[in-house]
Amino acid sequence: MQEFVQHLINGISLGSIYALIALGYTMVYGILQLINFAHSEVYMVGAFAAYYTARVLGLDAKPGVLTFITVLVAAMAVCSILGVTIERLAYRPLRKAPKLNSLITAIGVSLLLQYSGQIIFGADPKVFPNILEDASLASFGDVNLRLFDVTILIVGIIFMIALHYLIHYTKTGKAMRAVSNNQVVASLMGINGDKVIAMTFVIGSSLAGVGAVLVGMKYPKIDPLMGMLIGLKAFTAAVLGGIGNLGGAVLGGVLMGVCEEFVVGYLSSTYRDAVAFAILIVILLFRPSGLLGRSQVEKV
Amino acid sequence: MATPAVLQFRKSFLAPILSLIAVVLAAEIIDHSFNAYIQLIFLYICINIILALSLNLVNGFTGQFSIGHAGFMAVGAYTSAFLSTHPSLFGYEIRFLPASLDFFNYPIYALAGGLTAAAAGYVVGLPSLRLKGDYLAIVTLGFGEIIRVILLNTEAVGGARGLFGISSPADITIAGIEISAFAQSFFWAATAMVLTFIFLWRLINSSHGRGFLSVREDEIAAEAMGINTTNIKVLAFVLSSFFAGIAGSVFAHSTHYLNPSTFSFQKSVDVIIMVVLGGMGSLTGSIVAAIIVSVLPELILRPLQDYTHVDLRMVIYSLLLIIFMIMRPQGIFGTTEISFANLMKSFFHGRKDVIKNS
Repeated sequence: MQEFVQHLINGISLGSIYALIALGYTMVYGILQLINFAHSEVYMVGAFAAYYTARVLGLDAKPGVLTFITVLVAAMAVCSILGVTIERLAYRPLRKAPKLNSLITAIGVSLLLQYSGQIIFGADPKVFPNILEDASLASFGDVNLRLFDVTILIVGIIFMIALHYLIHYTKTGKAMRAVSNNQVVASLMGINGDKVIAMTFVIGSSLAGVGAVLVGMKYPKIDPLMGMLIGLKAFTAAVLGGIGNLGGAVLGGVLMGVCEEFVVGYLSSTYRDAVAFAILIVILLFRPSGLLGRSQVEKV
Repeated sequence: MATPAVLQFRKSFLAPILSLIAVVLAAEIIDHSFNAYIQLIFLYICINIILALSLNLVNGFTGQFSIGHAGFMAVGAYTSAFLSTHPSLFGYEIRFLPASLDFFNYPIYALAGGLTAAAAGYVVGLPSLRLKGDYLAIVTLGFGEIIRVILLNTEAVGGARGLFGISSPADITIAGIEISAFAQSFFWAATAMVLTFIFLWRLINSSHGRGFLSVREDEIAAEAMGINTTNIKVLAFVLSSFFAGIAGSVFAHSTHYLNPSTFSFQKSVDVIIMVVLGGMGSLTGSIVAAIIVSVLPELILRPLQDYTHVDLRMVIYSLLLIIFMIMRPQGIFGTTEISFANLMKSFFHGRKDVIKNS
């Protein structure tokens, strides 16, 4: 039982990271119907941005809340700039082209970032700086509630609430929902589609930056290929919840995280990476539109 | 006057017989004129052509998007290699032919590899091809990864160490003529390549082939014309996997060693580059692109890497992919097929109407 609870805590903590990244996928998909393969590389660059910020400012010597926030903001800024640049240079010229072309371009951008990352950052893994001191907050028997897990959960929830507010209660959010529903009609209402899409990339990419810092904190080893697997899992989470649906992305992310921790805990850690895809195939077989089906899709 | 049946029969067999002679000649010429390194590149060209042709059926002609081709290649390669390294299985003798006829074992291995890969293609394709959108891309990607993880964890095929000691044809002497191991390997590789091409060419130009094209052009219209689009897509996918499996088998017996990391996402991307570069929907374009992609790294990128000490291969490939998609999404040849007749036509008339299938 205690073991079960421990796995559950780990799973939810991992799941909220997946959820943050899945939100980026699902937002772009909702508005452009494009699987943004480059999203996982934006996340990777976010991790390196955090790494270099901490190293250059000498923050790795003094872990604390302030350091955490500085690094977080830096990663989010770099990620949003990168996201918008990718959209502007690679996706916007293909706005009217067949979907397949955009998809291939997305894969191309993803590979380009991976391999130029290997050249620029070096292919060997780097140790993520210690930006927050881990501590045990409370323990019940063998169950240990650690500061990192709680931080990840709290930060994740804060950003998800902020996103919810942004989408539903601001003018920008309204414009995004309108463009996602029908871009042509939205443009007749005076909404600049290109601006809204750029905004979507800013928001989605900065969430990837948040995810990158949280992952770096918990699993302190980063390398240029780190994005690929976690990106695939986050995308699977988005599909699991129903792609284009924000609530679904969060639900899918948490479910994925919990499933993965249980497989590692009770079966074998070597099959950890195969779980995601097995889940995906099963979901596609029985519920192609995801858990929160198409009928109540809230597209963004 | 109608052509007699016998003559028709002969005509339809003319191309295969001519290609058989060409393959034998090529095997002998390459065997005697190049060193082992260049010979291996020739084998790789054959393998890459089979891979590109087969992926083009799904990505080019049927308009779906599979990015896990390396996974099916791995299934074929490991099946074939497993059969050749295990003369008996569960106590049953599975060495089909006597040692003197070992040469003829290889097409059997290849067929077994192809069929297993086709079965895998059916299992993966059936659920995902029912869906619209980009799900196939992500499922095939996932499948490729699952296959790799399974191979890594299966001790029977060597796990992470890889599978060693895969057999290949040995030098033999028939009626005083010495036939080298390479000539035999190349013979089977080139035969597989030619058969793949002929099969796909005839398929595309048959009424089934029109079915593939109609699914690509407009799925709803195709359905309205009475085409079972799911069946067509699954058929394309299974055939494509079958040939990928054959390519895998040829690969296994030309390298003698398999490792799960060979069949990573990168390998799939290599094949996608060939298809996109050559033109999605042009078989001959795929062949040209496969040759370019096989030879280019050896000719230009390796010297460049020696000079700069960084591996620029994938950076250049991905840039090519992006630039091609933005500037010339139809690839080098688009949906045009290179043929003697088309060349003559464009030479004499300079007309644009040589484009087929568009």
